[in-house]
Amino acid sequence: MVELWDVYIWPAAWIVIKILAIVVPLLVAVAYLTYAERKIIAMMHRRKGPNVVGPFGLLQPFADGLKLFLKETIIPTGANRGVFIIAPCLTFTLAMVAWAVIPFGEGMVLSDINVGLLYLMAISSLGVYGILMAGWASNSIYAFLGGLREAAQMVSYELAMGFIMVCVLLMAGSMNLTDIVMAQKDMWYVLPLFPLAVIFLICILAETARHPFDLPEGEAELVTGYNVEYSSMAFALFFLGEYANMIVMSGMLTTLFLGGWLPIMDVAPLNMIPGPVWFALKTSFVLFFFLWVRATFPRYRYDQVMRLGWKVFLPVTLAAVIIISGVLVATGNAPTIG
Amino acid sequence: MPQNEIKNYHLNFGPQHPSAHGVLRLVVEMDGEQVERCDPHIGLLHRGTEKLMEYKTYHQSIPYFDRMDYMSPQNQEHGFVLAIEKLGNIEVPERGQYIRVLFSELGRIINHTFGISAMAMDVGGMTPFLWFFEERELLLEFFERVCGARMHLAYYRPGGVAFDLPDGMLEDIMAWADRFPQVMEDVGGLLTENRIFKQRCVDIGGISPEDALDWGFTGPCLRAAGVPWDLRKAQPYDVYDKMDFDVVVGSTGDCYDRYLVRMMEMTESLKIIKQCCEQMPGGAWKNETGKFASPKRSDMKNSMESLIHHFKAYTEGMKIPAGETYTCVEAPKGEFGVYLISDGTNMPYRCKVRAPAFAHLQGMDKITKGHMLADLVANLGSLDIVFGEVDR
Repeated sequence: MVELWDVYIWPAAWIVIKILAIVVPLLVAVAYLTYAERKIIAMMHRRKGPNVVGPFGLLQPFADGLKLFLKETIIPTGANRGVFIIAPCLTFTLAMVAWAVIPFGEGMVLSDINVGLLYLMAISSLGVYGILMAGWASNSIYAFLGGLREAAQMVSYELAMGFIMVCVLLMAGSMNLTDIVMAQKDMWYVLPLFPLAVIFLICILAETARHPFDLPEGEAELVTGYNVEYSSMAFALFFLGEYANMIVMSGMLTTLFLGGWLPIMDVAPLNMIPGPVWFALKTSFVLFFFLWVRATFPRYRYDQVMRLGWKVFLPVTLAAVIIISGVLVATGNAPTIG
Repeated sequence: MPQNEIKNYHLNFGPQHPSAHGVLRLVVEMDGEQVERCDPHIGLLHRGTEKLMEYKTYHQSIPYFDRMDYMSPQNQEHGFVLAIEKLGNIEVPERGQYIRVLFSELGRIINHTFGISAMAMDVGGMTPFLWFFEERELLLEFFERVCGARMHLAYYRPGGVAFDLPDGMLEDIMAWADRFPQVMEDVGGLLTENRIFKQRCVDIGGISPEDALDWGFTGPCLRAAGVPWDLRKAQPYDVYDKMDFDVVVGSTGDCYDRYLVRMMEMTESLKIIKQCCEQMPGGAWKNETGKFASPKRSDMKNSMESLIHHFKAYTEGMKIPAGETYTCVEAPKGEFGVYLISDGTNMPYRCKVRAPAFAHLQGMDKITKGHMLADLVANLGSLDIVFGEVDR
């Protein structure tokens, strides 16, 4: 009996607690990311943004959530019911599970696996299914076009992202994200790999279908694209998934290029601040960039997005892989097996 | 084995669509993302304005013109009152003419700020919209000060304008005109040299000068194609002949040129506005014979003639000698023409309106064919279409 508790139940409960410790703050972060988006863009537009619900409109995200929760879920007659319902769940779940491998601090990671980078890559690639399914199951031309665009776009930009990850992998010599962060102790990878960090930043904009790559939902052409037929909680799940994805991607950029939880400099007042705070600060900085871009740029056209992905980013990142591995071999810093 | 036949599919673009500019319904035949044919279906905002005007006195018809192109109401009123003046040989005092030119140019700026920001919105840029709307708000406040209404002014009258300018108005307009270029620069900074905006607009929806003329393009859309045709220069009305301004001409007639022409026309409009403010003469602001415009309230209390004029104006309205005219003005969107037939009574026998956006909309298929769906939206935005005047 004791064995049952010690071997099975406590570890399982401990994992659940750890998952909750990640997911609950994450959901709050998603809620306040929507609030921050509205406030920051409002400032850039010289208007006020939400300021009615709660002090400074701070309760607005919850009011929005409640509103969506109370709405009726409408499933169009022509829609494929099963796929229609699974699609938002899939999007949302995938945005959550990616957090399993991202380290928030020294040893603060749900699952410290040695293929963390590969896992992230796999999860972010799966994300396309939710949207493709939504676009297809809605049985609407707008949603269908949105789904197609998103699928093509994500596949194209994942290639460039993959090559950039390979570069980081070569530098760090490990796929474990904790190791990658520790390898940046002396110098963040954003400095030696600056062009790649910029490309990565643009790729995650495309990957999360945010401005100026938000053509899958291109409001002006496709109304809102793949989620046009969704309402109520199903829509809310897409919405949460999109914002959670933004945070995941920003966290990924932070981990790969901005030194994860490491302080800016390893000196007295700075290294007193706990790692998760640094991680949150850096992630917020990247997220601010997302919002800033949204207020500034118009939207790309479909073929232009493809051209940028295949004709610019893919060759550049491919060349970077070769150059970096060449330099590493020449200087004798190349990672070795074992 | 027979090959599969690939069928194009139809997309119903609008009428409830965020970038359908009101109630446009486009039936788009698409091959993937490419537009093979786009067929505008109009009439969803048809209100029978032209017919209604046949049962209204001339004065009562003026507000109908506000509701055609509701983005530049005073410019349409301008066309209508000029037509009446031409038929009735009505004298307009100089101050009235200056005020009309001043407000027509303010209307042009209002229209272009809206046109540009809506176009930016269509290609995905949200910020210009809000920045320009702040300025638009200030302009609407000028309108409110001068006639009490913000959008549907009903301010112009045959023989002048309804009210004189309030005190301090010209100084305020001048102060605004000095500040406005800064806002234009801010918005231009977001759009003009923005790579993405240029990628979305350059060489999209281009049209040759000949085609533009054939399809009946006028205004900025025609000038963007390289035809220097501006009614304010070609056949000046009111005091436009005394104004010093340039006609902005583009070269390729694509979306980007249309955008630039609008942007630069606003600078020219500012020139005219400043000149109007500086040269604004004193004296009467409307025809004072009393036959066409209602007399002043104070005169009515003291003069029998004025009281009679007032009574006639508000019961029967004015009678316009029989005849017909086609009078056109350079509205912000293009040539706004009024074909007016009078049979000598107090109501028009027929009033046909030539709306520029109607002609532009028929060119939609011409300039969009072969482009992608996203370009269709950019084209639509750059034509600057308002449904009030397309459907009338």
